[in-house]
Amino acid sequence: MIRISLAAVLLATAAPALAETHTISPGDGAQERLQEALILAEPGDEIVLEEGRYTLLDGLSLDVDNVTVRGAGMDGTVLDFTNQAGAGEGLLVTSDGVTLRDFAMENPKGDGIKSKGADNIVYHAIRVTWTEGPKPTNGAYAIYPVESTGVLVDGVIVSGASDAGIYVGQSSKITVRNSIAEYNVAGIEIENSRDAIVENNIARHNTGGILVFDLPGLPVMNGGNVIVRQNLVTENTTPNFAPPGNIVAGVRRGTGIMVMANENVWVENNALEDNPTAPFMIVAYTQQFSDERYNPYPRNVVIGVNAVDRGGYEPDLDGGEAIAQAFGGELPPILWDGLSDPERSALYVTGGIPGWTLNLPEQGKGLGGANPAPLDAKTAPEDWDKSGVGAPTELETRI
Amino acid sequence: MRGIGFLLAASAALAASVVAQATGIPKPMVNDEVVTGKGFPRTLGEFGFFQDYGAREPSDFVHPYELNTPLFSDGAEKLRYIYVPEGAQMNADGEGLLKFPVGSAIIKTFAFGEGDEQRFIETRVLLHRSDGWLALPYRWNEEQTEAKLALAGGRVPLTTPSGEEISYRIPNKNQCKACHSVDGEVIPIGPKARNLSGEWLASMHKQGWLDQVAEGADTLPLWSDPSASTDARARAYLDLNCAHCHRPGGGASNSGLDLSWEQQDAFAIGINKPPVAAGRGAGGLLVSIEPGKPEKSILVHRMNSNEPGVAMPELGRSTVDKEAVTLIRDWIAQMDQGTE
Repeated sequence: MIRISLAAVLLATAAPALAETHTISPGDGAQERLQEALILAEPGDEIVLEEGRYTLLDGLSLDVDNVTVRGAGMDGTVLDFTNQAGAGEGLLVTSDGVTLRDFAMENPKGDGIKSKGADNIVYHAIRVTWTEGPKPTNGAYAIYPVESTGVLVDGVIVSGASDAGIYVGQSSKITVRNSIAEYNVAGIEIENSRDAIVENNIARHNTGGILVFDLPGLPVMNGGNVIVRQNLVTENTTPNFAPPGNIVAGVRRGTGIMVMANENVWVENNALEDNPTAPFMIVAYTQQFSDERYNPYPRNVVIGVNAVDRGGYEPDLDGGEAIAQAFGGELPPILWDGLSDPERSALYVTGGIPGWTLNLPEQGKGLGGANPAPLDAKTAPEDWDKSGVGAPTELETRI
Repeated sequence: MRGIGFLLAASAALAASVVAQATGIPKPMVNDEVVTGKGFPRTLGEFGFFQDYGAREPSDFVHPYELNTPLFSDGAEKLRYIYVPEGAQMNADGEGLLKFPVGSAIIKTFAFGEGDEQRFIETRVLLHRSDGWLALPYRWNEEQTEAKLALAGGRVPLTTPSGEEISYRIPNKNQCKACHSVDGEVIPIGPKARNLSGEWLASMHKQGWLDQVAEGADTLPLWSDPSASTDARARAYLDLNCAHCHRPGGGASNSGLDLSWEQQDAFAIGINKPPVAAGRGAGGLLVSIEPGKPEKSILVHRMNSNEPGVAMPELGRSTVDKEAVTLIRDWIAQMDQGTE
């Protein structure tokens, strides 16, 4: 009897957590069936996308907290948006605690998966592909969490984005790991965000591999506390195919890891090979701005121990060839523009990697006054608290 | 047109009430339990917003209204109504959104075609329940006798007033919220005092449905009224067609572009503002608005496109609002090129 009543109590307390599973199969009416499931799901529910190819004409959206959308693997379940007729992305998530896993999306007309104001989201084993390769008509971002706290991107594969493959913007508590970003303009971009870890990724065949940017004029600024470690950043030699006007259109072919503005960025234990402009590029915001809240300079960027090969041999810079010649045919791996906040150092190099500086006289005035010289960087960075960096550990339990 | 529309509606209501009185049949009332209850009613008819199956004759306390400057929806004619339960009242909030009591509803039917040819395509309702607003789309049947819940939205082939054959998009429930939200909460967009006629507001006040007619009411121009200034018409159009997302707390807040009527900062409304996440939508242009240069302004480029991923707004239209593009072009062309 005791056992039974105990079971009853357990059952009663567990009742709200008795999540339902809604299984969707491809075929006729998949758009409506899937969208209805996304709308009618209750918190805790799981939507299972059976194996197959789903032809979708309109963007999907999810606005229910704590829902899991699970496919049959990134090669098994494919959401095909090649004939998409409306909406700005393939899937829009606007609720918290969502887990997206084990499916693929192909050829969305705008962004792939956008999650906005969606805290504690997990992207796991997702593939977003523009199947015709790098084209300026491809969508901007493949994986696009923005204005969110708690973001874990794990084991995704993205290719063909005309801006960034994995783009995390105006967010905090972020981990991007174990993922492959290839044939995008920017492989992985962390923008106007804080407390981010980018680790164990492969960023290859992009125009630029990994970017850490802070831009003015946005609701969320002051990006910083970013760790970039143990990534393989190779062969980022794809010519820039971003539509002009976007900030990444200015990224030079052959950029490995680039930091623009931001404070406290830690770059170590990465392997960088074949990034012909610069394996590392540390610069101030390149344009003029009027936002008084904004600091355009990199502050306390640390280049630690990294393995570097074949960098700076074909710089995509005005007069780059001549400069490379002056350095003996190949530029040193670290490129700094020479600009810094009067109060704080822009750059520290603790791993002994050589560099050079453009010695620009002024922020936002282009490369006109450049006076290139070898870099003589400081070696003792400011200390900062790295304990709160990265996605909350709770998110890992959902993988 | 406004006057005639009102008269028609008024005479129809009068005729209906005469019929009701003459026959002694109690006039249908709005079903408050359905409006405020839980769940998603399967048909529009369950609400009782209308006396007839075809949703032409509003029930008691369901009031037709119009906006000075509306949202463009492929040229659809929109029949708008608000419902306020008996004994309750809306409160004015300056020039802003009227404050609706719980139990209120806002009903909007999208119609295409003229006269006898007119067909209802969909009716969207916003219900003010105790836990907030809920937006639901209903799709009309071929016979025009019933509108059924279309949670997942849908597509309907039709011909627009400008003669274009389109696949008209009925939004899904989430897409309703994509526009109707601030900080993640569903809200109405249209019925702001500044965008409502003073005449209508005064009438609502006189009947006791509205506590007062606040200062700032009826200040948005009719955007199609050539006697209003280009600046006012352009800003009114952008407010109604863009600012539900492009404002702080809106769906496009991360762009930093704020096209709401009250925004006065030139950079925030896009003047010399570079894009943030526009991707190919920017069309190779460098700023949202380049003063004096509409052809170099992303705003015009995206309004003038039908292509998903480029077209703005992202939802709610399949055709270009050509008159609006002309207006915005003129507005930008007239800007002083020295504008900072």
